[in-house]
This record gives sequence, C-alpha cells and structure tokens, in this order.
Amino acid sequence: MAVYRRSYKPYSGTLTAERSRFLVLFRYSRRNLFRSKFLTVFFVLCFFWPIACLAWIYVAHSASFLAKLGLRSEFVSIDNKFFLIFMSVQGVLAFLLTAFAGPGLISPDLANGALPLYFCRPFSRAEYVLGKSSVLGILLSQITWVPGVILFLIQASFAGATWTWDNLWIAGSLILSSLILIAILSLLAMALSAWVKWRIVAGALLLAVMFFGAGFAQAINAVLRTDSGHFFDLVYLIATVWTNLFLVDNDRAISAGQAWIAILVYCLFCLWLLLRKVRAYEVVR
Amino acid sequence: MSTTSQLGAPASASENTLAGTPPVRLIELNGLTVRFGDRDILRGLTASLGGRAIGLLGPNGAGKSTLINTLLGFYKPVAGSAKVFGHDIHTDIRFIRSLVGYTPENDAFISKMNAVSFIQMMGELSGLPSKVALERAHEALFYVGLAEARYRKLGTYSLGMKQLAKLAQAIVHGPKLLILDEPTNGLDPSARQRMIRMIREIRDAKEMRVVLCSHLLRDVEDTCDEVLILKNGQIAHYSNLDEERRANKRFLELEIYGANGDFTAAVERLGCECAVSANRMKMVLAEGIDSRDIFRIAADQQVRIRRMNFRRDSLEDIFLKAMES
Repeated sequence: MAVYRRSYKPYSGTLTAERSRFLVLFRYSRRNLFRSKFLTVFFVLCFFWPIACLAWIYVAHSASFLAKLGLRSEFVSIDNKFFLIFMSVQGVLAFLLTAFAGPGLISPDLANGALPLYFCRPFSRAEYVLGKSSVLGILLSQITWVPGVILFLIQASFAGATWTWDNLWIAGSLILSSLILIAILSLLAMALSAWVKWRIVAGALLLAVMFFGAGFAQAINAVLRTDSGHFFDLVYLIATVWTNLFLVDNDRAISAGQAWIAILVYCLFCLWLLLRKVRAYEVVR
Repeated sequence: MSTTSQLGAPASASENTLAGTPPVRLIELNGLTVRFGDRDILRGLTASLGGRAIGLLGPNGAGKSTLINTLLGFYKPVAGSAKVFGHDIHTDIRFIRSLVGYTPENDAFISKMNAVSFIQMMGELSGLPSKVALERAHEALFYVGLAEARYRKLGTYSLGMKQLAKLAQAIVHGPKLLILDEPTNGLDPSARQRMIRMIREIRDAKEMRVVLCSHLLRDVEDTCDEVLILKNGQIAHYSNLDEERRANKRFLELEIYGANGDFTAAVERLGCECAVSANRMKMVLAEGIDSRDIFRIAADQQVRIRRMNFRRDSLEDIFLKAMES
C-alpha cells in the first residue's frame, strides 16, 4: 500500500513465531548501542589483546623466531595460566564494556514509561529481560569465550592431538568462566539501571559495586578479623571461581564452592530486583 | 459490595463477532476485585459490555485505569474474573493482548527513537514481520496525521504529537479493540478536537471496538455509545447513550405566554406530567401524545408557545446523578 494514502486497514497476514520475538528487542537495542562511536571504538579495542595472544601462540610455536630472540620454548609455554591471563584481561574489558553499554538497555524504557507498551502486547516480562540481556550476552561473548575458544583451537592446531586431548578441559573452563562473568555482569548492570532509571548513575553504580565492594570487603575483614568480607567482593569471588576452573594454584580465603554459591546468590538477587522493577506499572503500596 | 448490571446490546451480531467464533460480549466482568495492599481498588465489578465504543467515566481514583490495566493483565485480581471477547484474563491474557491496542495515560515512548522506528518495533513485537511492520508504521503515522514528523525523534514531539504517536503504535498491528486511557489529556482545544474526530472515525470504520477511559464528560459523550461510570471502585451507573437519547425524546421544555391553570390541566388530562414555573413549563409526554397535541391545546387555550425544546439528560446530568447516588 502506498504510504501517502491516509487510510487504515486491519492486518490479516501471518505473524512471526512468538518464541522468537525477544530477538526484536535484541536487534533494536544492539542497533541503538552501536550508534555510539565510543562504544564501537572500544569494542574494536577489545580485540587487541586476543590478537596479541594469537601472536604469542605463533611465537611459542616458531622455533626460529625464539632462537633469534634467544628464548627457550618453556619460557613461552601455552598452558592453563596463559588462558587464565587471557581471560583476566578480557574480563576487565568485558566489565568496562558492560558499564558503558548495560545501563542504557533498560533505563530509557523505565525513564520514559515505555514498559506498558511492551507488555500490552503478547510479550512477557521474561521475554523482555531475555531480549535485553541477550544484547549484553552476545556482546560479551564476542570478546570473551569466542576469541578464547578460537585461540585454543589455533593452539591445538599447532600443538597437535596429544596436547589438545590433554588440555581439552581448558576450552570448557574458558566457556564456563565466561558465562559466569556474562551472567553476573549482565544481571547486575540491568538490575542497577532498572532501579536508578538513569543511565549515567547506573553506570557509576556498577563501577562502585565492583570497586567499592572490594574496599568494603577489606574493611569488614580488618575490623571483624574474618574472611567473610570477601563475600561482598564480586571481583574476588569471580577470581576464586576462575582460578579453580583453570586449576591454577592459589591461596584463597574462601573456597571455590563458597564462591560459586555466592555468585549464584548474587545472580538470583539481581534477577529478583530486575523482575520487581520490570513491570508495566509499579504498584505503590 | 457487588454492583450488578446486564448492560447494553451490541449494534449487531456481526459487529460483535470475531471471525469464526460465535457472538461474544466485548467485556464481561464477574465480581472483579483488585486490591493493592489492604485497599480494594475495584470492588466486585459485575457487568457485560457490548457497545462499539464504551466510555469509562469516573472521578480521579475511581478505578478506571485500574480496570483497564487489569483487563490487560498488568494487575492480578484477588477475586472474580473478567473476559475480553470471551477470553478469560486469567488463562488467555496473551491472546487478549494480541487483540488489543493500548494507549497509556502517561508519556510512553523511547525519546531517542524516531517515530517510524519506534512504531515499527512495536509492530514487530506484536508479531508483524519486519517489512510489514515498517510499511504499517508509515501507514499508521499517516493515518494519525504525523506524516511530516515521522522521522523526528519522539523526544522532540509536542504533547499532542506524543498522544497521536501513542495512538499510532496502538493501531499499527490492526487490533480488534482499542483501549484509550485519557487520550485527550493535556491537549489544546484544536488538538483535542482532532483526537476526538479520529476516535470517531475509528469507531465508525467498524474495524475496531473502542474503550475510552476519561474523566472528561464531553470526550465520552462525543465518542461513545455506552458509558460505565465508576465511583470508589464500584459501578455507579451504566448508561446506553443511544437508548438514553431516544428515551428522553419525550421530555419537553416550553416557554409559554398567556397561560393559566386551564392549559396545565388540559395537558395533564392527556396523561402528561407537568411542572410550571413563571412562563416556563417542563413536561414528560405521555405515550401516544406528541408535540402537535400540545400545540392544539395551546391554540384552544390561546396560549402562545414561544419556544419548544426536546431536552434529554446530558451526560453531565447522568454523571452527577450517579455521583450523588
């Protein structure tokens, strides 16, 4: 129908599948995010470290290059510690990316009262959260486990079948450690933005939770002479789980199991906060 | 307390029928109770509405918006049930939402999106394929009169334009029922007139049924054929305006000169009820009596009738009576 005609007619065509409609939100939210030049540049910068790691893997398997540098091959061994360092750097970048992109996903909808328009359609709150979180999920996946697994496969192709078979668990650790990070960062960013409804404040709050949490934990440990303060330090909890996943020796104040449970509790708490706020109308009691 | 009323009939069976289904009422409420905290906002509403355009009237806080939000599944009733097009809000809310277009009372948009993208997104969320949604977004914006401004960001729109944009997103997916919550709020007189004209057009096009929630009597009177008046979460009154208009055609107001008691007595002998004050007379015509009989008696009595009006209760009268009851 020509758009210049002022007319209205009901729609009788086919409808899209209901289970895939959350992807509509994903598509529009992602498009809005990448309108920011800063985010685009930062996203590209996030691939510099994986490229550097790739170069390191190449060097480790280039005997002639090592000989020129006068290095022994043991000095540049590619093992679980290498991948943990890779993940640690990418984890920091993922956090910064979340702090920039996460709060802008939900807060504009809440600030402008747009939620009733979503939920008066055949579209649930769970689908809304899924659609919005999938933006961060895919964005963070692109800079964490996807390049990690690619590096692992390249290393495997250089090192041969024996190394690959012996270290296959590293690939699993890469994926699992990334998923933990993605889950906690996404939920935390969205829950905070849903509560403060202001993008900049939500970003600042996310930084505060991560950094001041560590300070708060240290203060509790010092004052109460305990190690329980670490449960308030998300970075410490994630690091504890990661070192456990990558089988790196560490002297942690809390066990990996406790850290897993604490992270799970944080995730559930964020989800609860999120679902309390993501409603068509908030009932003021 | 429960207020019960079996209300209004649809204009015709076909108008009240969804394709392939038997005739159903537009909205059926059965003891619907909604509570926030320890306060009952809706108290056992029971009604059956079938009009083409239904007005929800009531003072602020009467429960109009709560009723709409409950029908859309935003609030869970603590007792009773409600049906929209025969579908229960407890079990079929997703299907009900697919039939409904809704414009909320307050600002509801994403300020950094332009109107076309926003309405396209809303269309896609309702299940339209992307290309169709884009086409219909343009169509809806042309329809509501925002064609020239459709590529502007919604945050730059005036209040009237935002109301129209909300209307456009509500109709983009071709709903069967359009729910408008205070659509003329904050509009200047010309913008209000334009909105009312558009609602009338939508009603008369017969593609959609309309539920208009407002505290402005004039808006409801101009657009609706059925009115449900709420007060303190209860149904204070139901009125079928069309029937009301017909029924009140028997109510006359006269300005008369030269009358004495004989004229009144002669009229009353015909079975009419009269009330006289100075040279004004109000009467309810008896069955089978019309204005010609009154003129004939006036001629016999040499009474001059200077003015004769058929007066019906305005919606304001109905509303005030409902509020007093």
